[in-house]
Amino acid sequence: MKILVPVKRVLDYNVKVRVKADGTGVDLSNLKMAMNPFDEIAVEEAVRLKEAGVATEVVAVSCGVAACQETLRAAMAIGADRGILVETDVELQPLAVAKLLKALCDKEAPQVVICGKQAIDDDANQTGQMLAALMGWPQATFASKVTLAGESTTVTREIDGGLETIELKLPAVVTTDLRLNEPRYATLPNIMKAKKKPLDTVKPDELGVDVAPRLATLKVAEPPKRSAGVRVADVAQLVDKLKNEAKVI
Amino acid sequence: MAILVIAEHDNQSIKAATLNTVTAAAAIGGDIHVLVAGQGCEGACNAAAKLAGVAKVLCAAAPHYEAQLAENVAALVVANAPGYSHILAPATSYGKNVMPRVAALLDVAQISDIVAVEAADTFVRPIYAGNAMATVKSADAVKAITVRTTAFEAAAEGGSAAVENLAAGADLGLSKLVGRELTKSERPELGAAKIIVSGGRGLGSGENYHALLEPLADKLGAALGASRAAVDAGFVPNDYQVGQTGKIVAPQVYLAVGISGAIQHLAGMKDSKVIVAINKDPEAPIFQVADYGLVADLFAAVPELTAALS
Repeated sequence: MKILVPVKRVLDYNVKVRVKADGTGVDLSNLKMAMNPFDEIAVEEAVRLKEAGVATEVVAVSCGVAACQETLRAAMAIGADRGILVETDVELQPLAVAKLLKALCDKEAPQVVICGKQAIDDDANQTGQMLAALMGWPQATFASKVTLAGESTTVTREIDGGLETIELKLPAVVTTDLRLNEPRYATLPNIMKAKKKPLDTVKPDELGVDVAPRLATLKVAEPPKRSAGVRVADVAQLVDKLKNEAKVI
Repeated sequence: MAILVIAEHDNQSIKAATLNTVTAAAAIGGDIHVLVAGQGCEGACNAAAKLAGVAKVLCAAAPHYEAQLAENVAALVVANAPGYSHILAPATSYGKNVMPRVAALLDVAQISDIVAVEAADTFVRPIYAGNAMATVKSADAVKAITVRTTAFEAAAEGGSAAVENLAAGADLGLSKLVGRELTKSERPELGAAKIIVSGGRGLGSGENYHALLEPLADKLGAALGASRAAVDAGFVPNDYQVGQTGKIVAPQVYLAVGISGAIQHLAGMKDSKVIVAINKDPEAPIFQVADYGLVADLFAAVPELTAALS
């Protein structure tokens, strides 16, 4: 069974975001970029399925600028077998990425696509669901446990009131929640080995996909600032403030 | 111009998140129709019909909608999409699951988690864990939107919309529900609570979490929440989690106990009206957003606070 894992290059989650003064976006120049944390979990899950003998090949895919190669190498250092980069300088929105992934799924015919549930930059939480829709495949979003067996997969999902277990026909799309697994650290030998693994590059045109953005960003602004309030000396003062100043209890 | 709101419900009643979504729809302007897809869902349909501002309730009842899985619900929404300029769902785990599938089938971009409506085609949404606010304009014929429920008031009762039956679509047979494990709680629901008492790693253990925070929450009539650290450490189930990857809340009072205040966590609660922090580390980032901060050992301060409220 072949597993496809889309990975995204995003601003490292520890970096404090700065909004550009002209309001056109977030300043990414000279900042540390990394693999989206949810995608790391997706790669780890795919590699574990391969180690368990369920999957035969894990293909990592990234869409975006040339530097996404680093993200693919990182996925290969975790254990993906090869990488595909869909290279473009156009700002990619989830629908465009889903269409690119559909074109690759048509070509590569994976049985399972494992995506992160959302990217920590655009916070859209859309791509996996959109890919499933375009392929006509079932979806299991926000997965915290995945079991593959024969023609179907059983997935435990995180929902608002607790957990839900569903059974899907394969092929299917799964999106990962944080609790699915703990991604491993790539060791130096594996990082070296990853450099030798195959990495193909294609362009959106070659896949016949129009990636023009559908949503125009008019403005990006800082959220309203919350300033630090007062420090209270003890519990009695806290209760007094809450009762008489904030009047909330 | 008509707006379709996909109701989140449990067949008997409408979930609170749907009420906020109806208010967001009203802010866009136009006739509001609410779609209830389920099985034995008369109760939910009648509840939806009573909401102020709702013009019509569409009821689609069939066994394959009972579990409200994304594949069949999305197909139903798409089949009934013609005539609507906007399709809205709450940005809950249900809405986030279904709506992008609807959007892709309609070949339109989705606008996730809106916090404000600027115009019928222009919306504000948080990005980078709420550290920036983006104003986006959609050029698509149909706007597929999920709504951050804490950013809009709940719609009031007082309507009397007609309930119309809708022909069910075919069962696609792609997925089926095996079971649900819901966390039972006597306390108010996290998303709708006026007061939230939330605990972090500083509590040390699940026993401490329950022993210290439950009496306090009971005194205040508050819901219990947790940071990701507390959930990962196994103190409480993951549906307690407040943050970018958990629930986004905006109560009147958010009481953070033993929570340092990582970006991930702040993204889920920084729109609370009053934030109170109890932490022994005076440098904890939570103090930068707290209206009232108490630097103290929580093991002494929380019981004292509980006692002081009696």
